[in-house]
Amino acid sequence: MRYLPKSPADRTEMLEAIGVSSIEDLFETIPAEYRLTRDLDIPRQHSESEVLDRFRAFAGNIASGEFNQLVQQPASKPYASFLGAGAYRHYRPVIIDSLVQRGEFLTSYTPYQPEIAQGTLQAMFEFQTMICELTGMEIANASMYDGSTGAAEAVMMAVRVTGRNGAVVARTVHPEYREVLHTATQHQGIPATEVGYVAETGRVDLTALDAAITDDTACVLIQSPNFFGTIEDVATIAEIAHKKGALLIVSIAEAVSLGIVKAPVEADIVSLEAQSFGVAVGFGGPYCGVIACKEKFLRQMPGRLVGETKDKNGKRGFVLTLSTREQHIRREKATSNICTNQALVALMTTIFLTVYGKQGLRELAEQNLAKAAYLRSALVAAGATTKFDGAPRFHEFVLASTESAEQLNAKLLDKQIIGGLALAKWYPELGENATLWCATELTTKAQIDTAATAL
Amino acid sequence: MSDKFVGTPIKATTHVNQNEDLIFEKSSSGKKGYRLAQLDVPAVDAASLLGNTVRTDDLGAMPELSEIEIIRHFTRLSTWNYAIDLGMYPLGSCTMKYNPRINEAVARLEGLAEAHPYQPESLSQGALGIMKLLSDCLIEITGMDTITLQPAAGAHGEFTGILLARAYHQSQGNPRKKVLIPDSAHGTNPATAAVCGYQVANLKSNAQGMVDLAELERMVDGDVAALMLTNPSTIGVFESDIHKIADILHAKGALLYMDGANMNALCGKTRPGDFGADVMHLNLHKTFSTPHGGGGPGSGPVACKKILEPFLPTPVVKTNPDGSLGLDYNRPQSVGRVRAWYGNFGMFIRALAYILANGPDGLRQTTEDAVLNANYIRAKLEGTFELPYKSPSLHEVVFSDKLQAKNGVKTGDMGKRLIDYGFHAYTVSFPLVVNGAMMIEPTESESREELDLLIDALKQIAREAEENPELVQNAPHSTRLQRLDETTAARKPILRWKAPVASTQLTPDTAAKEW
Repeated sequence: MRYLPKSPADRTEMLEAIGVSSIEDLFETIPAEYRLTRDLDIPRQHSESEVLDRFRAFAGNIASGEFNQLVQQPASKPYASFLGAGAYRHYRPVIIDSLVQRGEFLTSYTPYQPEIAQGTLQAMFEFQTMICELTGMEIANASMYDGSTGAAEAVMMAVRVTGRNGAVVARTVHPEYREVLHTATQHQGIPATEVGYVAETGRVDLTALDAAITDDTACVLIQSPNFFGTIEDVATIAEIAHKKGALLIVSIAEAVSLGIVKAPVEADIVSLEAQSFGVAVGFGGPYCGVIACKEKFLRQMPGRLVGETKDKNGKRGFVLTLSTREQHIRREKATSNICTNQALVALMTTIFLTVYGKQGLRELAEQNLAKAAYLRSALVAAGATTKFDGAPRFHEFVLASTESAEQLNAKLLDKQIIGGLALAKWYPELGENATLWCATELTTKAQIDTAATAL
Repeated sequence: MSDKFVGTPIKATTHVNQNEDLIFEKSSSGKKGYRLAQLDVPAVDAASLLGNTVRTDDLGAMPELSEIEIIRHFTRLSTWNYAIDLGMYPLGSCTMKYNPRINEAVARLEGLAEAHPYQPESLSQGALGIMKLLSDCLIEITGMDTITLQPAAGAHGEFTGILLARAYHQSQGNPRKKVLIPDSAHGTNPATAAVCGYQVANLKSNAQGMVDLAELERMVDGDVAALMLTNPSTIGVFESDIHKIADILHAKGALLYMDGANMNALCGKTRPGDFGADVMHLNLHKTFSTPHGGGGPGSGPVACKKILEPFLPTPVVKTNPDGSLGLDYNRPQSVGRVRAWYGNFGMFIRALAYILANGPDGLRQTTEDAVLNANYIRAKLEGTFELPYKSPSLHEVVFSDKLQAKNGVKTGDMGKRLIDYGFHAYTVSFPLVVNGAMMIEPTESESREELDLLIDALKQIAREAEENPELVQNAPHSTRLQRLDETTAARKPILRWKAPVASTQLTPDTAAKEW
């Protein structure tokens, strides 16, 4: 086996040094009846070229739509896709992969020995700083698994901070985030009440929100831009929550929006999905969640934190800190059970943010805004209408087509176009014709025109 | 040893690579590392589209640099890291094995990296095919009946597994109250039980560091939902009475949860499903070679027996009547989602590439080499260091600092000193059942030559502990930074960079807090 650095003689001599006659002697603590005496029934050993061929076949099948995985075929013409809904296709500068594939980043462990992990630690400190700058929060952790689990952790955190026990959740939060939240809260005895949206704007129904918050509400969870792409009135929602002593958590699924949309500075906790910052769409993961918040909530923050300090000669350095919040010290009293997070993905986002920087993030967000505005006007010109025109949006919108989402998308698929996401599954009140469309800087005018024509 | 290992601290070097500033300190207004494509649609006025939701600040401290400066910054930072690619990383319980580069190559194939999680199933057959084949392989490797790939890491897998147990008991009429956890367990185990709404009952280990059957028998009652057991245990020893443990639990209707962190000791040699485990998680970033990346991403699939299948998170991959693959969302008894979409798909690709590269013979040889390496280290170092538990080791060996502590040299000191010899430290002070633990897991990826270097280094350090304890106590000496002040870091936390005009000092109130 090509990954194993031993000659047959090495193995024999090492067994002699140990003082046993065969490798089986080292497994004698496993009762004989449970020892596997046959080969595992899995595919045979593959050469590197065979592994590559096999995955090329899988990759080709994604583009071609052919389901026989054993038939290798060249990828056909790529599809134009108008899907977003929490997984966004943005350009990934090449240097991201050049840098994160350096073995020193790729093959290092969690930086528990800071003297030989300053590379990872300093990059994490830079990540935390950038997340604070972008979200308007005072502190940020070193990452969570993703936006869905991050939002659930933020709710648990608010419960610990306030000593209260309920959450009010906007129905315009990503439906899968809400499902994850439900899985997490139900066994903690944390009731979660959902609040609807205003039909004209797609924004949180403020009257219903106000009515839903009780003396035992720990937090209000909203998403902005929300699942429909609509930007929420964060300041007003914060006022309503704070008036009743609840914290406001803002979930952000489209991080690129922060380049042009006002930061949710009125929030107490921000749960960000940073996938848009240079992380491949990759069939849903790995992505990069992160929690940022006001400094006074530091003690209840889940996950790893990197802090600045000095070595014994006075040189600046960085360490994992405040670990008394974490499971390896606090065990069942920890703020979370999270251990491994998304360090390498956080590094990707840090590099992405450095490439675009202060000017580029704004320009990038503006391009997204322009593409979505053009897409919307093109589809409307083709006879469709859009919902929720009464509030500002970033780069997604809800389309009401003249035919059902199923019919529409089947028609588009014939033209190598993946249309908007059908919404009736989660929002039956929007009807069978409602789809969620997204355009990013990578969406071309030609693709948009083709889609509009096909409509 | 050569002169470079003498104890006097080296001076702060003036080499530019060793003094790389923070990215913010290198930024200059007006520099650019990007150029956007020419806009092919009409430009828009953001302020008029967004109204009062438009961002008006200038993104504050976000850096501005050219591409070459960005490359140099992160490349220089990378050189301050130790890595598997540089040498042995004997962190016990972490399974720091070689991360094959073909895994990275296939994970970046365009058809996989650019697949959208909501694209039609008809266009996702390759991605679903990867999930199906990986699932089938992991089911066979674990001897279980079914699996979910959704959990994002090991601890997330534990959460999912214990939720399955909870849902199962609930379906029997009572979710039960307690989860039993041995005192040798990883901290994630009790934290997981707590977030699943269970009380933690601590199970004391016996004199051999193993599950005490009599104690277990005494503790298991109708309130116990499950035992969370790491096997082999965190001292690297197989629980030979595993079937008796399972029988005791099953007799009272409780389940056996196996923490699969140490699966690198078992793969291809024995299967948890065969020896009585009901549910377990795997760490793809340990056993199946996906890179640790400085602390993630991981992936924590959960395999289980048939009785738990109805409760698996939604969706699960299904085979349609026409042979195509799909996703089944219609699962009324499911514990629900534990993560958006399907899990860390990029890690599934890498783990499957590893399994294919190995095949059944390769996986078995891998396990045998991992166990051979640990036992070789044990044989060569027993006597130099105290071996608190004499039971036969599988993939890792746990010594203690008892012999060196009498000179004031602790496990943490020797771990730091190992850095001067070109290795990463072993796992320090874990498991908690061993006072001054030195937990060494070499993995299969080390040659005999590399093992001999580690053994020589540890023997030399043991001699230094006798002859010059201060040398070890003040280690490392050869690194760019020496020991860092972790106490001040925690007492006066500085968690982000601020421009020099705004002081980095925190308010007195915060600064005075004890953590």
